[in-house]
Amino acid sequence: MDERAPSEAVIEIENLVAHYGDRQILNGVSLTVEKGEIMVIMGGSGSGKSTLLRHLLGLKKPTSGSIRLLGKDITKISKKEIYQLRRDMGVAFQGGALFGSMTVGENVQLPLREHTKLDEKTMQIMARMKLEVMNLAGFEDLMPSELSGGMVKRAALARAVIMDPKLLFFDEPSAGLDPVVSAELDELILRLRNAMNMTIVVVTHELESAFKIADRITMLDLGNILITDTVENVRNSDIERVQNMLNRRPREVDVDTEAYLRRLTGQKH
Amino acid sequence: MHLRAFVDNIGRRTLNGIAELGYASLLFVECVYWLGAGKFRSQPVRLAAIFRETMNIGVRAIPIASMLCFAVGVMLAIQGIETLKTYGAESKVVIGIALSVTREFSPLIVSILVAGRSGSAIAARIGTMLESQEVDALRVIGINPVRYLAAPLFLGMVIAVPTLTILGDLMGILGGAVYSALELKISLSVYIDQTLASLTVDDIQQGLIKSLVFAVIIVVVGLSNGFQVRGGAEGVGHATTRSVVLSISFIVLADMIFTYLLNR
Repeated sequence: MDERAPSEAVIEIENLVAHYGDRQILNGVSLTVEKGEIMVIMGGSGSGKSTLLRHLLGLKKPTSGSIRLLGKDITKISKKEIYQLRRDMGVAFQGGALFGSMTVGENVQLPLREHTKLDEKTMQIMARMKLEVMNLAGFEDLMPSELSGGMVKRAALARAVIMDPKLLFFDEPSAGLDPVVSAELDELILRLRNAMNMTIVVVTHELESAFKIADRITMLDLGNILITDTVENVRNSDIERVQNMLNRRPREVDVDTEAYLRRLTGQKH
Repeated sequence: MHLRAFVDNIGRRTLNGIAELGYASLLFVECVYWLGAGKFRSQPVRLAAIFRETMNIGVRAIPIASMLCFAVGVMLAIQGIETLKTYGAESKVVIGIALSVTREFSPLIVSILVAGRSGSAIAARIGTMLESQEVDALRVIGINPVRYLAAPLFLGMVIAVPTLTILGDLMGILGGAVYSALELKISLSVYIDQTLASLTVDDIQQGLIKSLVFAVIIVVVGLSNGFQVRGGAEGVGHATTRSVVLSISFIVLADMIFTYLLNR
């Protein structure tokens, strides 16, 4: 395989079907993410975007379908191979998910501590370097509870990229942040891609942020992909549901009077 | 119709119970597995973490455990002397205290204390970490949560509870000795001589075996409730309460069964 081939897929999802309990959340989703691109997965609440992310991270087993990350099908490979693969993956969770019992610095160092045999000093320096990139220099001795929302996200991002992963996943970077901080975070994501040439998958429902950072956008709705295309093409799409999402129009609910009456009266059938 | 719902309910609860028992057993096996095989899979259970947990569960509980066991010793002396007075055999209270403290009360009181103090904390901590996606974060970093969070707690508990039980034995006997010294004018050295003469290795061992079983109950119940938290802060609160109630109930039941088995 040629590393510099322009169309090298690092994430290939094929026909992914997923259930939560008895409910089907994803109805055969297929998606490909190229090396070095920023793919934004969008969708409203209940669209299945969080479920899709959990499957991409290997936190859930799909009902059927395959997910290939860096050429390895994570639904089939052994635990040991997944463990190896995790070195090349970084994840920044929505709420940061920093460990409350450790300082910011220890949080950032944790992946190094677990995956490498570097000495203490080197790990500290590496953690400081990443925190510096995230504009968090000097905060390594604070506890996560002492940080603001934006700082927590940046610290989580520092932890996610400490191993210089090939793949970075970011769940709802703008959630709970004010517009300025959120814009700074978008800048940071772009800088990271340019500096480290990572492939980045961002899950968000924030339109502005999506348009700013994305190379391509995938829009999910009720467990189906509506569109996967460049920012320009998504904007100009003539699919009604896509335009609804872009223009913040409420969904039209099909009214089935019979079913409505049955629900009201509590009849099952 | 009601009967059907009733039977349905019983069936469902039984299934849930079995599922939970299965989950708890799996956790137990996994903890032991990681403690033994972790270092061969480049995921060792860190000594520092084990020390930290042992410190929290054991060392920090020393003052309160000593106080409670001392009080139980005093209480046994009061009741014992009162009862034995009827037969004019007050001095036999020494044997009674020695046996009941080492075989029964020390492991029981220590375990109930630890269940309330640390069992609940385990459930709350794991549950909160689960809710704030910290457990997911561990998994995506490539750290097995059972190995990283559960195994050190498991070993810490298994070390701390029997150790506290030995301390409890001493404090309980001391409590009995102090009260007897005041009430029956038995000197401390005579009391201790008599205690040592009446105790056998088997008595101490019985208490320690029990305390080991209780330790496993506390940690496994706490962990499995913590790892099964659903529904935010309320879920965490529920799991915490549940783990305390369940572990104390299981401790008392297990105590009964073991007392029966060990005395046959």
